Amino acid sequence: MLNPNNVTVSVVNQPHFIENGALEIPMYQVLDEQGNVIEGAEVPDIDKETALKIFDTMQFVRVLDDRMIAAQRQGRISFYMQCLGEEAAITASAAALGDTDMIMSQYREHAALHYRGFKLDQFMNQMFSNELDLGKGRQMPIHYGTKELHFATVSSPLATQIPQATGYAYGQKLAGKKECTLCYFGEGAASEGDFHAGMNMAAVHKVPCIFFCRNNGYAISTPASEQFAGDGIASRGLGYGMKTIRVDGSDALAVYHATQLARKTAVEDNAPVLIESCAYRLGGHSTSDDPTGYRTKDEEKQFGASDPLVKFKHWLEQKGWLDAQDEQVKLAQLRKEILAAVKVAEVIDKPAFEEMFTDVYAEMTPHLLEQMNELKAHIKKYPEAYPVTSGRID
Amino acid sequence: MAKINMLQAINSALDITLEEHDNAVVFGEDVGIFGGVFRATSHLQEKYGRDRCFNTPLVEQGIIGFANGLAAQGSIAIAEIQFADYIFPAFDQIVNETAKFRYRSGNEFNVGSLVIRTPYGGGIAGGLYHSQSPEAYFAHTPGVKIVVPRNAYQAKGLLLAALKEPDPVIFFEPKRLYRASVGEVPDGSYELPIGKAEIVKNGEQVTVLAWGAQMEIIEKAVEMAEEDGISCEIIDLRTITPWDYETVVQSVLKTGRLVINHEAPLSCGFGSEIAATIQEKCFLYLESPIMRVCGPDTPFPLIHEKEYMPDHLKTYEAIKRSANY
Ligand SMILES: Cc1ncc(C[n+]2csc(CCOP(=O)(O)OP(=O)(O)O)c2C)c(N)n1
Ligand SMILES: [Mg+2]
Repeated sequence: MLNPNNVTVSVVNQPHFIENGALEIPMYQVLDEQGNVIEGAEVPDIDKETALKIFDTMQFVRVLDDRMIAAQRQGRISFYMQCLGEEAAITASAAALGDTDMIMSQYREHAALHYRGFKLDQFMNQMFSNELDLGKGRQMPIHYGTKELHFATVSSPLATQIPQATGYAYGQKLAGKKECTLCYFGEGAASEGDFHAGMNMAAVHKVPCIFFCRNNGYAISTPASEQFAGDGIASRGLGYGMKTIRVDGSDALAVYHATQLARKTAVEDNAPVLIESCAYRLGGHSTSDDPTGYRTKDEEKQFGASDPLVKFKHWLEQKGWLDAQDEQVKLAQLRKEILAAVKVAEVIDKPAFEEMFTDVYAEMTPHLLEQMNELKAHIKKYPEAYPVTSGRID
Repeated sequence: MAKINMLQAINSALDITLEEHDNAVVFGEDVGIFGGVFRATSHLQEKYGRDRCFNTPLVEQGIIGFANGLAAQGSIAIAEIQFADYIFPAFDQIVNETAKFRYRSGNEFNVGSLVIRTPYGGGIAGGLYHSQSPEAYFAHTPGVKIVVPRNAYQAKGLLLAALKEPDPVIFFEPKRLYRASVGEVPDGSYELPIGKAEIVKNGEQVTVLAWGAQMEIIEKAVEMAEEDGISCEIIDLRTITPWDYETVVQSVLKTGRLVINHEAPLSCGFGSEIAATIQEKCFLYLESPIMRVCGPDTPFPLIHEKEYMPDHLKTYEAIKRSANY
């Protein structure tokens, strides 16, 4: 029989409700808890250089996160968010992309940005809101973005990037580029209306976009069990008519392979793909959060057993690609570099006073110019009240 | 009577309401066992159960749509939007639904038992998206009332009144004062009037008006101005819609001068509405142009937050300009 939407459906003569849970979506996994390849698992084609770059990036963000949380506690930066437990999901997915594919992130994906080539000092400049920050010190720490590396500037309002990714990808298709957009978001953000809008439009307009959902079990304090009643986000992809896969997000090889295949579909078939990557958020939501208020240490321990770095490292060592000795030296070096970079970034001048008024529009309006000049005169009158800018006004 | 902060005062108002009314429900992102990211709803789930206080999925349009339905059914719907900056996904539900439920149905239905609580304002290093003061967008919408408390005592009394109000209310909470504002607050129930401004201090030469977190800013500015011998009258507007122009008019008829302060950007901020009305009603009594000390017409910047804020120094300068015009 033909549906009103022109699709042929089969007919049954008994009322047949499909039970919730009738559709089981399995999780693709390559590595076991220790990091051994599971028998029969399809292992991606990955060269040594890429594998090591993924590992180095994961290691980098692990150390960076640790150091910056300490820096926040010391009052050197106001805020921080870590990706503890999700390093493989974020890094390996970014690694499967082309260099000019667009990335639209939520906020916990600085590993993808580092993989792309964002340097330590660039991270620091943003977090310390100094004049070298590409965002001109306007946004809170970790709101990175760079046109050069095709990484859209983070926006705090959740899920807004999802329909934007659809539109960006449509533009890529129209331009005839063999490129795609990858959009990261959390399982919490997937509850927003923008998720529905973006996913549906992507499927309808057949855009080369990979929707990468990081299901880490929590949205701040809200557990996934209070976020949705289904078994995850993956099942929704099918509802939109979208190719979908669920992967173990603590398994760098599974994530890498799934994203590689998704990219092929996106770019070659101009079709969106949904990837639900499952990896527990091992740390607090942010430095403003204390998870002891809503979850147990036992629960954290249980999920903490599956460390993406440990697993991937084990696999690399088995391949003979990693030297444990070298790693110790590299780690110590990295810690030193990060500390040094903090010291450099925190004493660099803050953005000039005028930057408060630029970029509201392409050209400053007369109205804004007047407000800027009035404020300038005021600051000159009370220089000690505005230490960030008073020394820099002529 | 105990000395408590604004969060505790709000928590107490919610507690009293849940205790008194079996059909009162508190919901929003993270308000359940965690008690909200600012802890305004602490212990409410423990005390009243998951049916009466719960986490919603992360969807503001859903929260307010749900709240509209729940209030239309007759329950007392107390919805939290985690930050006022994140109220915009619910803009349609508020502007087209909450505000028009009664009017469009010929008063067959209403959502008068709805209160939307949301923390607003800057001064906490929140940058673009944890600092905004969006009251003017909603003040442009007939059908929804807007209330902003300035301290712990006001917060409890105004929230309890908002919950009894027969119209839907958006209750903007000055988050920078959540813990900073500590004062004597009665343990039991009491109400402060909605739609009534308060003259916080009498004076003769300049009327200085604000609401919410900016009250302590104008009080500081007035202290400075009075040292210069300028006598100021201080008004806390408290309710944005419907605003108490009678009180402001009476004051300006006496002083002949008005300085308005708000954090939101200058253009089309609620100060514009106040200025327009006062010049209509007090034209021949005005001794100087009505002055507005507001945020500039830019997004809220992180690093230049101090420069952005309409602080006591800017207000003090405006008071002097007004007095010496
Ligand atoms: C529209 C909107 N509502 C609320 C918030 C506040 N908020 C910031 S992060 C967050 C939780 C997000 O959870 P999830 O999407 O699962 O991502 P995760 O933090 O787990 O990576 C919330 C509620 C926001 N930033 N934007
Ligand atoms: Mg999450």
